[in-house]
Amino acid sequence: MKLCRLFVAATLALPCASHAGESFNPDISLILSGTYGQLQHDPANYLLPGFPLAEETGPGERGFSLGESELVLSANIDPDWYGMLTLALGGDGTSSVENAYVQTTSLGHGVTGRAGRFFSGIGYLNEQHAHTWDFVDAALPYRALLGNQYQDDGVQLRWVAPTALFTELGGEWLNGANFPAGGSANGGRGAWSAFVHLGDDVGESHSWRAGLSWLATKAVERLTPSAAGDDLFSGNSQLLVADFVWKWAPQGNNYERNFKLQGEYLHNQSEGDFTPAGGLAAPYSGNSSGWYLQGIYQLIHGWRVGLRHDQLKTDTPDAAFTGTVLDTQGHTPTRNSVMVDYANSEFSRLRLQYNRDESSLVTDHQWFLQYQMSLGAHGAHSF
Amino acid sequence: MKNVIRIFASLVLVAAFQPASAADLDVFACEPEWAALTQELAGTRAEITSATTAHQDPHHIQARPSLIAKLRRADLLVCSGAELEIGWLPMLLRQSGNNAIQPGKPGYFEAAMQVERLEVPTTVDRAMGDVHPSGNPHVQLDPRRIATIATALTARLKQLDPAHAADYDARGADFAKRWQAALARWNAQAAPLHGVRVVVHHQGWAYLFDWLELQQAGQLEPKPGVPPSAAHLAELKAELAAKPARMVIYAAYQESRPAEWLSHETGMPAVELPFTVGGSDGAKDLFGLFDDTLAKMVGALHESR
Repeated sequence: MKLCRLFVAATLALPCASHAGESFNPDISLILSGTYGQLQHDPANYLLPGFPLAEETGPGERGFSLGESELVLSANIDPDWYGMLTLALGGDGTSSVENAYVQTTSLGHGVTGRAGRFFSGIGYLNEQHAHTWDFVDAALPYRALLGNQYQDDGVQLRWVAPTALFTELGGEWLNGANFPAGGSANGGRGAWSAFVHLGDDVGESHSWRAGLSWLATKAVERLTPSAAGDDLFSGNSQLLVADFVWKWAPQGNNYERNFKLQGEYLHNQSEGDFTPAGGLAAPYSGNSSGWYLQGIYQLIHGWRVGLRHDQLKTDTPDAAFTGTVLDTQGHTPTRNSVMVDYANSEFSRLRLQYNRDESSLVTDHQWFLQYQMSLGAHGAHSF
Repeated sequence: MKNVIRIFASLVLVAAFQPASAADLDVFACEPEWAALTQELAGTRAEITSATTAHQDPHHIQARPSLIAKLRRADLLVCSGAELEIGWLPMLLRQSGNNAIQPGKPGYFEAAMQVERLEVPTTVDRAMGDVHPSGNPHVQLDPRRIATIATALTARLKQLDPAHAADYDARGADFAKRWQAALARWNAQAAPLHGVRVVVHHQGWAYLFDWLELQQAGQLEPKPGVPPSAAHLAELKAELAAKPARMVIYAAYQESRPAEWLSHETGMPAVELPFTVGGSDGAKDLFGLFDDTLAKMVGALHESR
């Protein structure tokens, strides 16, 4: 600290760190989350008519369960690289690598490159970790078309244009191991994406971001389990995502009151061969889409309420698929959710949520109680 | 869908043809006080934007897309530092793709790190609330420290724009002269405040207290960053009955209700202070910030007797 005072008038860019020893260690934070779920219908028998669902993609668990607990380590590696690891800890004692990537910090010219495992930059919700979601569960179009969240191994390049209006272009080349891809096609280069994000402020109180994304995936014998058995799909899919988020806070001060409106539209086109459980492979070609709209209002510091509507639509398939998971049975999946949450500090949150879930053929009334806490290093959240 | 793509493509084209700034240096200030200081020291050589206003809590800012766009083009970033912006700035820096303003680079300037900081904790624990491991970052309320920061910032401006070094030297010397004169005036004006007991809303006034030798009689937040609770306010009221204070102060961006309640209960005045440039009609620049702060505090002192 003395040294710090001596240097005050000097030109040196030396930071006067009082914890010099600690600053070489990575930032460590732990996300602890748990859920109590009350579902009328057994989630093990859940079916979304018309949509083959990725593994572990459903309405949630009954009773007490450990949610998305995560261990996050991150730090600058050297002047040119930043690295981060997110370990997702499952309630059943398993752990999986959710994110593990390195990212450039010094390319300049608005360019950032990334390599490793990460959530794809498509859409708005896809990149956000579950503990920053405003609802307990993913929106229906994400559940149906992205297996909740599309994550894969690969490389990403982003470029921020030198313009007053925020303009970001990005692209990814990915392994293609995970839903909606599968089987690591093309020698482990089975998926690619491109996206553009625009954003700005309107006065002091409003800000927005809008995006358009494209994800092309190839599936080789992609397995999707259902109550009736395993389904297989081989073929190509193209997904288009349009997203926007608009935030309001009086004079930009979100401490007391703020509002967030967010919506996304996803459209998927698949073509290939589908093998339903216990059936024979047949050519399949079809479109499916979904959208959600949600609003979150903080009425006093700490307390927020939220409303969400989501719904899906898919083509009626050929007669060959009648009675299989692709059969819509004339049903349009919809869901309405309402939630209220309380944050004791920015590090702890308790949430109550109700879903009137009409996504499957039977209407389900679902209640969730959830805690989400983070401890350790102060994480910075994206917009 | 095709229409959506077309609209997006045209928006991107419109964005791409917006002109870049004509000034020598593009400066991104995290808080208005550093925008004001850079303005004093660089004048028209810099195009300056402030990420926050006096009506926003610098601890809690959204990592807005507009801020990424501004950081992308910045040559110099001037922030309080000392973890004040830790909830949003690191995210913006990583997304900006701008090499010049990353930590450790000449384009990265942390004001609080140029001066001795107060309240550096020996241990940190979140049970203590939102504490800053590098000490209290709200250094802008001590004009003596501002003078030190100004010297360091002038040096940094010269380093980044050596072609105009003489110009920055001249501006720096002129500012130092005007600032020292103002400081002498403020010191005289503030004499009656020495030793006065004052209640604060948030632990953000340590440097003002250090300069004016005020005594902190309590704070409305039970712990830094934790909103005032009824139980804590009642406790504070009881403490003040035994050992009275002369005023309760809060920043323009903070809620006035807790301070007004305490004022009503104890009879001492509640004073809204600008806290930074733009926080009141009088605080139009750094000189106005201290003129207005002292005028309001001295005024409250007369009112409470």
